[in-house]
Amino acid sequence: MATVINLEQSMVFLGQFPALTGATMNIRQGEVVLIKGPNGAGKSTLLRLCAGLLPMRSGIGTVLDFDLRTQRMELRAHIGLLGHRTGLYPDLTVSENLKFWASAYGANDIEVDKAMAFFGLNDRLGSVQVQNLSEGQRRRTSFALLLIKRPSIWLLDEPYAGLDSNGRELVNSSILQASELGTTVLIASHEIDKIGSTQERTLFVKGGRIVSDSDQDSEG
Amino acid sequence: MFRDAWLVTKKDLLIELRSRILINQIAPYTLLILVLFGFALDADTETLRDTGPGLFWVSTLLVAILAIQRSVDVETSDSAIDRLMLSGISPTSIYVGKTIGLYLQLIVLEALLFTVMVVLFDMSVVDYPLVIVSAVVTTLAISSSGTLYGVIASGLGVRETLLPVLFLPVLAPAVIGATRAFGDAFGRVNADGWAWLGLLSVIAIVYTLVGMLTYGNIIEDT
Repeated sequence: MATVINLEQSMVFLGQFPALTGATMNIRQGEVVLIKGPNGAGKSTLLRLCAGLLPMRSGIGTVLDFDLRTQRMELRAHIGLLGHRTGLYPDLTVSENLKFWASAYGANDIEVDKAMAFFGLNDRLGSVQVQNLSEGQRRRTSFALLLIKRPSIWLLDEPYAGLDSNGRELVNSSILQASELGTTVLIASHEIDKIGSTQERTLFVKGGRIVSDSDQDSEG
Repeated sequence: MFRDAWLVTKKDLLIELRSRILINQIAPYTLLILVLFGFALDADTETLRDTGPGLFWVSTLLVAILAIQRSVDVETSDSAIDRLMLSGISPTSIYVGKTIGLYLQLIVLEALLFTVMVVLFDMSVVDYPLVIVSAVVTTLAISSSGTLYGVIASGLGVRETLLPVLFLPVLAPAVIGATRAFGDAFGRVNADGWAWLGLLSVIAIVYTLVGMLTYGNIIEDT
């Protein structure tokens, strides 16, 4: 499989703080990568770097063949990021949020309806303002946006936060389906150890570096 | 670009329609300012008529600060700005869309403010085209610079206190021009309002172009 993310000694500063201190990793298309590590290890920063939202201070970095130093804006349209915050508009309803973002992504109403149905948002929830949803329902709405956008890479930061068991199953199911279709998925989470994908891999981040890679460990 | 910009504008207007912050909170504040000016100037109608154009634009600037903060909050409160940056919509389109959304909201507030001022201060307009055109142009200057400075202040993390400090000095030339143009339109000052409108147009165009060129770099750094 082709390499979709390649980082070599990548450094990222948040203000004066070195959040990534020389991260090196190589991710192939279709892989499902679990990123583990203690709080403040740099997991979220790693995902935001791969999304093109943070500038790289030094090192080498390419995502989908876009150079992270010079082509971050071009890269972003191909990335789906689910962060700690949902990126939804609280005053709009679920349906209005999904339709706005679908228009921004160039998706049609059929894709919106499919995504809403997959995550159980097409009943009474569609007309509820996002500010009145539970945390889990907001998460599901954010996941529906990933399906609508159809990005080449999913970057999921604590995706299971606030989800019940049914929600977690839906999320795992969508991750596995996306992976089978060739989408690469990176998941930073404290809450899971396994997704069930045949192309699963675990990275361990500590002190802004990747200190362990199950792929290399098994090869070694 | 304009399709994406209009998408952002429609979204901002829909959010306003749902939240009703403009109608329920900002508009009453606008009217209160004007009424308080009336009390402060001791209901001397001649003084009120002379100062009315200046009071109108000062009031507009104060409510514009609230509208700008609201416009920025919409994108930053739940990190929607990240999703916008990842959507493929260009920063210029986001800037133009947000500026138009703010512009339309300010125009509604100004219409309300103008009506109340004319009735409350017993003012009469002698040049309606000048009033309309100068309001249209000055509001463009306010909304284009406001969209830009709102994001700058947001990035510095002290939006509520810093925005007025950054924004009001930048708008001072526009307010002077707009006050002169309105004064002429109300027949209260001996000035060529249409000449002042020329200055206002230059300011509005420059602010809009600067915003279109720099907004992308600024949201990258915030």
